Amino acid sequence: MTKAENIILIGGSAGSYSLIISMLESIPVNISSAVIVVIHRNAKYSTQMEKSLSLKLKRPIVPAEDKVMIENNTIYFAAPGYHLLIEPDRTFSLDISDPVNFSRPSIDVIFESAAEVYTNRCTAFLLSGANNDGAYGIKRVEYFGGTSIIQDPLDAIIDTMPSSAITTSSKAKVLKNKEIINYFCSIK
Amino acid sequence: MAKLNDPVHITFEDLEDVVYLLKKVADYDLSGYSKSSLKRRVQRLMDMERMDLVDLKNAILNVEGFFGYFIQEITVNVTEMFRDPLFYHELKNVVFPYLQTYPQLRIWSAGCATGEEAYSLSILLQEENLLGRSFIYGTDISQQAVNTAKKGVYTMAKIKSYTENYNRVGLNSKFSDHYTAMYDAAIINNEYRNSVLFSNHNLVSDNVFNEFQLICCRNVLIYFDRELQRRVLNVFYESLSLFGFLCLGTKESLYSQEINANFKVINKSLNIYQKIR
Repeated sequence: MTKAENIILIGGSAGSYSLIISMLESIPVNISSAVIVVIHRNAKYSTQMEKSLSLKLKRPIVPAEDKVMIENNTIYFAAPGYHLLIEPDRTFSLDISDPVNFSRPSIDVIFESAAEVYTNRCTAFLLSGANNDGAYGIKRVEYFGGTSIIQDPLDAIIDTMPSSAITTSSKAKVLKNKEIINYFCSIK
Repeated sequence: MAKLNDPVHITFEDLEDVVYLLKKVADYDLSGYSKSSLKRRVQRLMDMERMDLVDLKNAILNVEGFFGYFIQEITVNVTEMFRDPLFYHELKNVVFPYLQTYPQLRIWSAGCATGEEAYSLSILLQEENLLGRSFIYGTDISQQAVNTAKKGVYTMAKIKSYTENYNRVGLNSKFSDHYTAMYDAAIINNEYRNSVLFSNHNLVSDNVFNEFQLICCRNVLIYFDRELQRRVLNVFYESLSLFGFLCLGTKESLYSQEINANFKVINKSLNIYQKIR
């Protein structure tokens, strides 16, 4: 078990699921980063998403659990119904306070929290979605010296989320789906 | 106090200062709280009050009554009646048959916030004809939350979502049998309000105060660091009678805590445990 040196965040909502699968499929076998995926999904229904993806991609894909160390070469999914945060000692922390942007987990919450702890070793991707979650988070990633990447609204199934983040961001790269996949192929 | 236009973001170092100050002036120790979550709550309060760090420290030191307000606002009081209907279903079908065997039942809803969990337990006990021999203690760190809990009054908007939860538990009665609605609020029936004693209790510093057959503490431990979690779990262990039950939130596991050797897992995904030694 080694603590992750870098953190890669993926925030997506409606219309982002199949792209996220393609991104995760492209990740090389051994990386010194942890990947954290936040998708808005309903807490009322339990899903086997982590388990089935784990089998499909043949690598550990685990729910982010409270007070557990963030390890490299691991893909984490935020649990539905809880906000996901990162402690200064680089462990996860869950929080069930009010939804943000009608969402829990909220992309803003994990982006801001991860950005503050991992600073320039934090890269955040914001994808398709139907609300404004993530726009504030992208700004906070930039403020702490991290890298922000937004899906090209023309490539997004629902462009509300990427478009609204592009409006408020100062330095985000806007990438096509193909370029996003290429990025994931070259993660170290 | 200065009213700021732009929110000022605090750092983890600023948070340490605030925690230190609270311990010095109010003897409240928040040092075992999850830092990321606590910082968000303090930030939220500062944004709401349009305070900067100097204002906040000044208020803690010099403003009468601010401290109680601070505790109320930084503790998360998000709760629901019959939250996680599956949990209540399991409680009724798996745990209550054990509880039937006790002549008297004492139950602790720890970190009860505004009382919804304690009243849910009370209703569930009534449904299984156990309420007559049960007494429930609801405790919370926030006096404000305890005061709200005592009233047992909830808005109809909330009651509507609680009804959805209730209907998924699989009980015979209707949820509306358990409250009286008036205008846009509902009051929980007298029999339930009389079966619960709400009081102030701080899991960080207070200790065992009774012996219980069932302790529910759901979605509280996530706000504590590992060390404080250990302390609190020990208080629960000491407070449980042998073969008593401990119920944690769906994301709060005993796994990786040493004390788990003293418990048997009753339901792994719902985190229901039984003290066996």
